[in-house]
Formats: sequence, C-alpha cells, structure tokens
Amino acid sequence: MDITLMYYLIPSLIMFCCGVYGFITRKNMIAILISLELMLNAVDINFVVFNRFLFPGQLEGMFFTLFAIAIAAAETALAIAIIINIFRVAKNIDVRDLTKMKF
Amino acid sequence: MDQITSILILALPLCMFLLLGIFGNKMSHKMAGILGTLGMGVTLILAYSTAFTYFFSGNELFVDAAGNRLQHLVFDQTWLAFTQHLVIKLGFLLDPISAMMLVVITTISFMVHLYSLGYMHGETGFQRYYAFLSLFSFSMLGLVVATNIFQMYIFWELVGASSYLLIGFYYTKPSAVSASKKAFIVTRFADLGFLIGILILSFYTETFDFMTMTNAPENVLASTGGAVFMGGSVLTWALVLIFMGGMGKSAMMPLHIWLPDAMEGPTPVSALIHAATMVVAGVFLVARMFPVYLMEVTALEIVTVVGALTALYAAIVACTQVDIKRVLAFSTISQIAFMMVALGVARPDIHEGVGYMASMFHLFTHAMFKALLFLGAGALIHAVHSNDYTAMGGLRKYMPVTHITFLIGCLAIAGIWPFAGFFSKDEILVAAFENNALWGVWMTAVAGLTSFYMFRLYYRIFWWNEPDYEHHGHVPHDAPWTMTLPLIILAAVSVVAGFIPFGELVTWSREAYEIHINWTVAGTSIAVAVAAIALATVMYRKENELPDKLASRFKGLWTAAHHRFYFDELYMFITHKIIFNLISRPIAWFDRHIIDGTMDMFATVTNKVSYAIRGLQSGNVQTYVWVYLLGTLLIAAVAVICLV
Repeated sequence: MDITLMYYLIPSLIMFCCGVYGFITRKNMIAILISLELMLNAVDINFVVFNRFLFPGQLEGMFFTLFAIAIAAAETALAIAIIINIFRVAKNIDVRDLTKMKF
Repeated sequence: MDQITSILILALPLCMFLLLGIFGNKMSHKMAGILGTLGMGVTLILAYSTAFTYFFSGNELFVDAAGNRLQHLVFDQTWLAFTQHLVIKLGFLLDPISAMMLVVITTISFMVHLYSLGYMHGETGFQRYYAFLSLFSFSMLGLVVATNIFQMYIFWELVGASSYLLIGFYYTKPSAVSASKKAFIVTRFADLGFLIGILILSFYTETFDFMTMTNAPENVLASTGGAVFMGGSVLTWALVLIFMGGMGKSAMMPLHIWLPDAMEGPTPVSALIHAATMVVAGVFLVARMFPVYLMEVTALEIVTVVGALTALYAAIVACTQVDIKRVLAFSTISQIAFMMVALGVARPDIHEGVGYMASMFHLFTHAMFKALLFLGAGALIHAVHSNDYTAMGGLRKYMPVTHITFLIGCLAIAGIWPFAGFFSKDEILVAAFENNALWGVWMTAVAGLTSFYMFRLYYRIFWWNEPDYEHHGHVPHDAPWTMTLPLIILAAVSVVAGFIPFGELVTWSREAYEIHINWTVAGTSIAVAVAAIALATVMYRKENELPDKLASRFKGLWTAAHHRFYFDELYMFITHKIIFNLISRPIAWFDRHIIDGTMDMFATVTNKVSYAIRGLQSGNVQTYVWVYLLGTLLIAAVAVICLV
C-alpha cells in the first residue's frame, strides 16, 4: 500500500478543524491557547508534507516549519504571560467575561 | 560703470534690511539707527558716483558722438526661462531717468534715515523701523533700474509691501492698521490692472524688455495687428491698464483714497514714501513706457484728463483740511497730477516733447521740497504733539529753523522765482499751453490754488494767533540737529535745484534740449501765485473772522471739500452696500451651504452609519473569530464557484 499525500492531509485537516472548534467554543483561555497550537501544528504538517511530496529535492518547507515551531514557542510564552496578567487583574480567565475592549 | 557698483547699490540696502531685521533686537537703538544710516550713506555715495559718471563722464557707453545720451544695460541676467519668449530677466538699466531717480531716492532716503534718528528716538520697534526703511530703499532702487516690465512689477509690489509695513508701523493703533490695509488693498486692486496690461502687452510683443519696446515702439503697435477690443485698440487698452497701476501707486483719482489715510504712518515715512519716491512710481512708469504711449495718443489723453481732474480736486480739498499732514498729502496728490499732465500733454512734435522733461524735472524738485515740507511738519508735530494746525500758531518765534525751511518749501511749491518749483512748474505750464490752451489755463489755476493752500497752512502754523503753550507745560522749540540738518540741506537744494540744466540731462529722446523760460507763461503763473499768497496773507496772517465767514458763505462747497467730496463714503457705499450685499453675500451663502454642506453631509452620513454598526464591536473575541471564519469560508466559496 502506497502512502500518498492524502494520508497526511486528512489528519492535518481534522487537527485544524478541531483547533478552530476549540478556539470558538472553549471558555478557558489556556484551552483556547492549546487550540491555537493545534491549528499551528496542522499547518506545520502541511508544510512538511507538501515539501516532501511536491518538491522532494528542496528543504524550504522543512525550514519554514522549524521557524514556525520556534515562533510558536515564543508566542506561547507571551500568551501565557498575558493570561497570567489578566488573571491578576480580573481574577478570571473566562474569555466570555473579558469583554471590556468594546465600543 | 562697473557691475560691482550697480549690484552694491541694490545689495547694500537689502543686506541692511536682513541684518537689522534678523539681529536688530539684539542691538541697541543707537547702533541700529547708525548702522542703517551708514548703509544708506554708502549707497548714496555709490548712487551719486553712478549718476555723475553717467551724466558727465562723456564715456562712449553713455553718450554717442552726436551728444545723445544712450541707454546702458549694466547687466541683464536671465532669472527664469519658461519658454523661448517667456523669459524673465533681472538687471540694471542706466539711462537719464533711472540715473536721476537713483539720486532722488538715495538723497531723500538718506535724509529720512538721518532725520529719523531724532524723530523716532526712543520709539519701541526702532530697529524694525530702520529695517523696513532699508527694505523700502532696496525695492524702490530696484524699481527704477528695472530692465523689463516684469522686474518692475516685482519691485512695484515690494514697495507696496514695505509701504504697508511702514504705514502700519504703529500696529497697536487701530487707525494705522486700517490705513495700512486700505493702502495695500487699493494699490493691489490697481496692480491687477497693471498685471493684466503687462500680460496683454507681452502677449502681443513677446517681450518684457523696456529697451526692445521703447526703441522700436512702432513694432509694438504693429505686433498687435490692429486688434480692437470694445471700441479701443488693444494697445490702448494695455497702456490704460498699465496706467491704472500707476494711478493706484501715484494716488490719481479715483484711486487716491489711500494716500491721505497713509499719513497714519510715522512722518519721515510719509516724507520718503508718500511724498517723494514711491508715489511718483506711476509717473516713472508712464515716463519709462513713454515712446509706446506716443503710439496711442488716446492713452496719453486719458493720462492728461485723469491728471488734470486729480490736480484740481486735490488742490480744492487741500484748502479745507485741518490736519497738516493731510494738507501735504493732498498737495502731493495734486503735484503728482501735475507731472502726469505734463507727460500726458507731451508730444514730440510740439516743442520737442518738453512735457516729458518738465515732468521729470518737477518729479525731481517736488521730491526735494515736498520731503522738506513733510520733514518740517514732522518737526512741528514733534514739538506740538498734535497733527492739527489748530494746536499751532505763532510758532515762528519758537522754531526759527523749521520756520525758515518750511517757508522755503512753501515758496518752492508755490513756484516763486528763484525757488526750484518755479522752473519745473513753468515748464509744465508751457507744455500744457502748447498742447491745448484749456489745460494751460486749468493748470495755472491749480498752481494758484497750490500757492493759496500752502500759504494758508504756513500762516496758520507760524502766524495766526498763539495758543497758550505754557499752559500745556511745554514750550515748543527747534528739534535736535539730526532733524534740523536734513531740513537745512533740503531747503538749500530746494533753492538751487531749479538752476540745474535739466533739459540737457533728461529728455524723452535723450537729446540735449535747452530750456527757455517762457516769460509770458512764467509771468502769469508768478502773478497768480503772488495773488494767491496775498489772499492767504489777508485771510490767515492774523486771527480774524474772514475764513469762517467765507466758509459759511460757501457752506455746501466747503463741507463737500472738507469731506473730500465724499469719495470715501462713495467707496464705502459701493463696497459695503453693493458688492458685499449683491456679490459677496450670495457667494458666501453658496460656499457655506452648498460646498460646505456637501462636505458636512459626507461627515454626517459616516458618523450615523458608524453609530448604527458600532454594536458589532462587542468585545467578545470568539464572536470575532466566528465572523472571520464565516467570511473566509464565504470568500472561499465564491472563489471556488468562480473558478469552477
């Protein structure tokens, strides 16, 4: 049995959709952050897979993924710092209660 | 005549303006005044040497073998070259009238600089005053040496601007501010005509150069190709419009209304700008373009009529004014009108164009004696602290120097032999008689009026009855030497200037011409002047009832003249009632409601829509993501549908 492109893309799509679903429905900000990471990882998989199957002789997709991982790590650190600060101020990390930034 | 000197003549006053304007506040008053005066003194020496070289050196650049004077371009630099024909140059043209004007401007300007050291002593803004004086001197010198009409226009506007600045020198005084605005607006309005005239003329001739135009005026006429506009040839229209600019600057009726109000400025400024130099720019302009004017005699006739009417009008009004500076202002208007008439009646075939020479001669002598009179008036105002002659009287005992010099000025303007005014006025009257007896008689009558109002002023100031000076705790006395010295110098010039052989120096064709005094005309004018002086003596030498009786006898005329024949009221009526109501208000309404209204509508609609949809920004992050997701999906769907 040949392992084709689709074998990777379909799990990646499922991951991405899970991420979107979690981002929209979760109340806890940490959970939202995890959903975000899920989406990012789905995209990373796509990069690697497309690189592997469409341009086998090159490495751009791989490197891009490495960069994305690094930036995602930084971003997570930043996001957690923000969440901690929000918790200190509001004693709450339920995103549906944090609606101060409006008209 | 080298280029360096000519550039220095212009550059020195300009540098003085920049120096005093920028660093003046860091200097003491004395320092600024002396710097300005010294700068002007050096300019005076340079200008004198230039004029002297031009007139008397006999250099082949300046005079040809036959003894005719030549026009000499010291330099003529291209400044802006837009197209092949539309080239604007800046240069230095030396010919009899510009050389003469160099002398006049620098002399009067230097005298005024010197005089102001005393007159403006201790005024706030002393440095600013000297800076503006230098700016004015620079602009006026640039105007007279202009090589082309566009350069003249540039400097024309510059003298207007410096006149505005100096009239409004006491800018905390509302009357001075409104007078400066009035002067600027009226002359700007006239300059609109000037500009249109320049554009018409240069459109046909394809040149701005004075020399190209005046050396071959028939080409100017030919270039218009006989085009006619509203019953007059295009050239006539152009020349009349250019003359309109001159009317504004030289305060010819009906654009004279700014000059009497311009007396709000410091008195030395009135002497320099509003008596001797700037106001004769209009005369100078017509003289500069004179050969072209000769091509269209209609334009010259308009100049004559405007001049003659203005001369009479201003002379009558001058007889009824109380403010001594206003009497002198109207006298200036009247005398400039004399010069205009002289130009207007000059024809080369009559008496070798004597009118042109007479006009320039009168310009020269008038500058001297009118500056003298104004500076004398300044000394009086300085002593009495009032502009009205009602506060003066009997001053001959208190201010002997001012008295004698003022008397010399009055005799000069009245045209009594051997004072300067006699010679120049005689030539003007000869020219007027040669052209048309009507103008001759008319101008002789105006000359009589001139003598009358000048001696009325003289007697009211120095004789009449003496007010109680001690009562005011201040006995008038002669001014310090910085003020009396210019008076004495100018008085001396006013005595001897008439003997300058002007005909050999300045004529329209630049050929030498010998002045013959026509004793019939001269005798008549002296007789009229003496009679007028005698009348003034009877009426004003001692306090009496006669002037009041006469005033009530001719009440209508006297009141009208006292109100300057209601010209200001007429202007107020035209501008406020007609122009404001019928033109300005509808335009303002259109601007406010239609143009602003459209813009306001855009703003209001944007505002309303924003309020209506602002609820969308709920602050709930997950709603935003939903909307974003749906939008992305929608766009993706549309893209898929379109591509498939």
